[in-house]
Amino acid sequence: MTDFVKPTIDYFELWPLLVVFGVACLGVVVEAFLPRTVRYTAQVVLALAGLVLALVGVVLVAQDVKTYEDGAARGVLAVGGTIAIDGPSLFIWGLVLALAIAGVLLFAERHLDGGVSAFAGQAAAVPGTDAETAAIAANREHTEVYPLMMFAVFGMMLFPAANDLLTMFVGLEVLSLPLYLLSGLARRRRLLSQEAALKYFLLGAFSSGFFLYGAALIYGYAGSMDFAAINEAVRNDVGSSSLLLIGTGLLSVGLLFKVGAVPFQAWTPDVYQGAPTPVVAFMAAGTKVAAFGAMLRLFYVALGADRWSWQPMLWIIAILSMFVGAVLAITQDDIKRLLAYSSVAHTGFILVGVLGLQAAGDLAADEITSLQAVLFYLATYAFATIGAFAVVSLVRDGGGETTALERWAGLGKESPVVAAVFAFFLLALAGIPLTAGFVGKLAVFSVALAAGAWPVVVAAIMASIIAVFLYVRVIKVMYFDEPVGDGPSVAYPSVLTATTIAVGAAITLVLGILPGPVLDLAAVAGEFIR
Amino acid sequence: MMLTVLILMPLVGALVVAVVPRAQVRPVGLAFALATLALGLLIASRYDASAGMQFEETHTWIEALGVHYALGVDGLGLLMVLLTVAIVPPVLLASWKESDAPGGRGSRSYFAWVLGLEATSLAVYTATDVLLFYIVFEATLIPAYFLIGGFGREGRGRAATKFLVYQLAGGLILLASVVGLYVVSANAGNPSFLVSDLAALDIDETTQRWLFVGFFAAFAIKAPIFPVHTWLADTSEKATPSTSVLLVCVLDKIGTFGMLRFCLGLLPDASQWATPVVVVLALISIVYGAFIAIGQDDILRLIGLTSLSHFGFIVLGIFVFNPTGGTGAILYMVNHGIATALMFLVAGFLINRTGTTSISAMGGVEKHAPILAGSFLVAGLAACGLPGLSPFVSEMMVIIAAFDHHWLVGAVAVLAIVLAAIYALWTYQRTMTGPDRAGMLAVPDLDRREVGIVAPLVLALVLFGFFPMPLLDVINPYVQDSLASAGIVQEGGLR
Repeated sequence: MTDFVKPTIDYFELWPLLVVFGVACLGVVVEAFLPRTVRYTAQVVLALAGLVLALVGVVLVAQDVKTYEDGAARGVLAVGGTIAIDGPSLFIWGLVLALAIAGVLLFAERHLDGGVSAFAGQAAAVPGTDAETAAIAANREHTEVYPLMMFAVFGMMLFPAANDLLTMFVGLEVLSLPLYLLSGLARRRRLLSQEAALKYFLLGAFSSGFFLYGAALIYGYAGSMDFAAINEAVRNDVGSSSLLLIGTGLLSVGLLFKVGAVPFQAWTPDVYQGAPTPVVAFMAAGTKVAAFGAMLRLFYVALGADRWSWQPMLWIIAILSMFVGAVLAITQDDIKRLLAYSSVAHTGFILVGVLGLQAAGDLAADEITSLQAVLFYLATYAFATIGAFAVVSLVRDGGGETTALERWAGLGKESPVVAAVFAFFLLALAGIPLTAGFVGKLAVFSVALAAGAWPVVVAAIMASIIAVFLYVRVIKVMYFDEPVGDGPSVAYPSVLTATTIAVGAAITLVLGILPGPVLDLAAVAGEFIR
Repeated sequence: MMLTVLILMPLVGALVVAVVPRAQVRPVGLAFALATLALGLLIASRYDASAGMQFEETHTWIEALGVHYALGVDGLGLLMVLLTVAIVPPVLLASWKESDAPGGRGSRSYFAWVLGLEATSLAVYTATDVLLFYIVFEATLIPAYFLIGGFGREGRGRAATKFLVYQLAGGLILLASVVGLYVVSANAGNPSFLVSDLAALDIDETTQRWLFVGFFAAFAIKAPIFPVHTWLADTSEKATPSTSVLLVCVLDKIGTFGMLRFCLGLLPDASQWATPVVVVLALISIVYGAFIAIGQDDILRLIGLTSLSHFGFIVLGIFVFNPTGGTGAILYMVNHGIATALMFLVAGFLINRTGTTSISAMGGVEKHAPILAGSFLVAGLAACGLPGLSPFVSEMMVIIAAFDHHWLVGAVAVLAIVLAAIYALWTYQRTMTGPDRAGMLAVPDLDRREVGIVAPLVLALVLFGFFPMPLLDVINPYVQDSLASAGIVQEGGLR
């Protein structure tokens, strides 16, 4: 037994992480001690301030971070080597924080539903009881959602930066648990929302179990939780490879569940449909970014040398995700379910980029790398998704949001701007040129083809064709179908939602026309450190 | 800079049209279209037929992916640019009143989308970077989609969706090949999408063939040729005739343009490898298109399907690989644009007057509206290749080249002349001659605006019929160059 060594904590590099965590804890205190009337303002300001501060921190750290000892990449291993703060981590932190700021703005929206937020008045009140009616009459709203969200953001930042399996597991849980809760807090259609939360929680708990068991098996194989040590063990081919294979498989289950890949996609449509739309917007974008960040680190850093074992599995999962997502999306008549299946298809497309992993020596001088392509794709996908869901929250009828596709008929005449913006987001998700989605697709297809994964690229093209049909169908409904009954009505959002949508659309457009800076940023981010 | 200005002019026009007061929408839109035409003519006047790619602009766009904003025109590009800028003003004039018809989305939207389509099409014909080409190639679909879906007859929404899905599917297949080209160039050490860089690559045989399949599939859908033509008939039936002019005469030419620029230009060996299959598909299109055109009762659908036959001719001319065929094909692209534009527009005037698109419900128009009937006859005769009208020259060149290639190919192609005479003249006979149909509205003749639209087109058909040299002077050097660089120079008699 070696003596306990006190880990050095690089406070400066960890600043963004600590700020978010601190603000989350502070939010709980605020909830306990401030009177109800000022909580909303206090929480929103606190959350926004914390996120902006953390974002500034990310920029400062990114400028300051030193070249790692192997000389190839920049970064620092903090807290005794359990957290890797390197280019990819910082890129993903920046992205998650930007998404979180948009998320807070959506959470804080009160104009759409008569002066209250999209969250339940009193979550503890059973739907249909007097207690619920009383809570609604009193215009109650939960402000705990902000600290919950901040905890989720903390998890989303810890997860992709984790440099050993246990820290990664902690990150996974910290990001998941608040989201389970948030999913069940919808103000309208509460039973659907609670059902979604329960489903998400049960399946999520199972998948976490898989992950933990996988971690145990890998520990049994490599004798360490640390990614560098696992990598060393894989290289030297120590121990039983069946432990490694089963462990890799089980870890993948946990990660693939979080990104919503087939065959672990079953929760996505129900959760996306039931959860409050602001939560879906934040979760769909943020979770995918964080979980892909973690997946990349696990596969590239810890298991990179064992590429030939896990790549065939990812091939199949990528192809299945693209096809199942695209085909099932066509059959949906609810816009949120449709976007859920489309997110499954996008998971497949991102996996195509993950499969583009090549050894550094096989790359041409200016050629785009797999990591660069995936990071860029994540950015394009995240902003288009958060924007699209923000638009979904605007289209309403008497019973709240109206997500049935047929009710969207005639939106093009009713509200040309909203329809045009939504059509733009759909085109971006479909990957049409001059939107960010196109450059993302181009990037992941290029790296996969360069790595010789042409069957996956061919499948991706075929799936894209199917997916195009589904997005075009929605555009047709909005523009060329006759409205049913009174047609949809569009609620005027406050400046919060409007800003989110405008910024999402602007980023999607700019990344489509001038993707250079962000692609360069992803290139400067460089490689993972070990 | 001239080409950038040329593309920006209609684009700015579209934006201006979207915001000017309602009364000025149409004059402003037309003014921008005419300014673009003037600029196009200016470029043509400064073009030097013997100097290859000209008016070039190259700027790095996305460095990480080797993408450039690169423009330039050669003989082929110049003719397509001229065709585009010349077709748009008549189309706008022809939609002067029609685009405000009830049920449509109003002339503001129509004029703006038409100018948007013009801008993107011009960008397609001048792009010299493969990815830039791809981007604007896809961008043309958005205005086209709204033109089809927003104006025209019952069922247009469905037709627009079918159009868009077909085109995007073709586009994604194309994307696979575009990405493939990038990977090939990256493996060669210099990732770039510039056509000039890519043409210098030595691509191995198998890769070339796969890339060719992707390019050809996309362009075959665009052109269209058999068996991926079914969107064309629906689209031309449901859209307004003016929209169809833009689609068939300008947009679909991108297909054959792409075959020349990318299939032949970048993948010459694979193009020759694929010749037998492509020639058979072209022949099927020629004959099948003409046959089913004969059987149509909807006049717009009929015209749409005749284009299938004509595109078969163009593709045949391209893929028989000799200078006569190549020149004939490019000339055909121009002539078909003029003749089909005339036919669609006159048919549109006819439909406005009779209130029906059904051929069997029309009759006896020629007595009341001799100018209308006369222009329709000219368009019909042009379609069936009457000597003295410009399509004759190009059709003969393609047929001669086809006979050169193989006598059987030529023989099948000749068959189409007979079929064309049937669909053109029989349609004329059923609609224009005979007694008036019961219940048909009185048919007034073309008014001054309509004559002003039709006259230049008729004039162009006759002029280039007797005097095709200005066009051939531009085409010949291009064809010589491209066949030489593809390694297929033949001692061909260019007449």
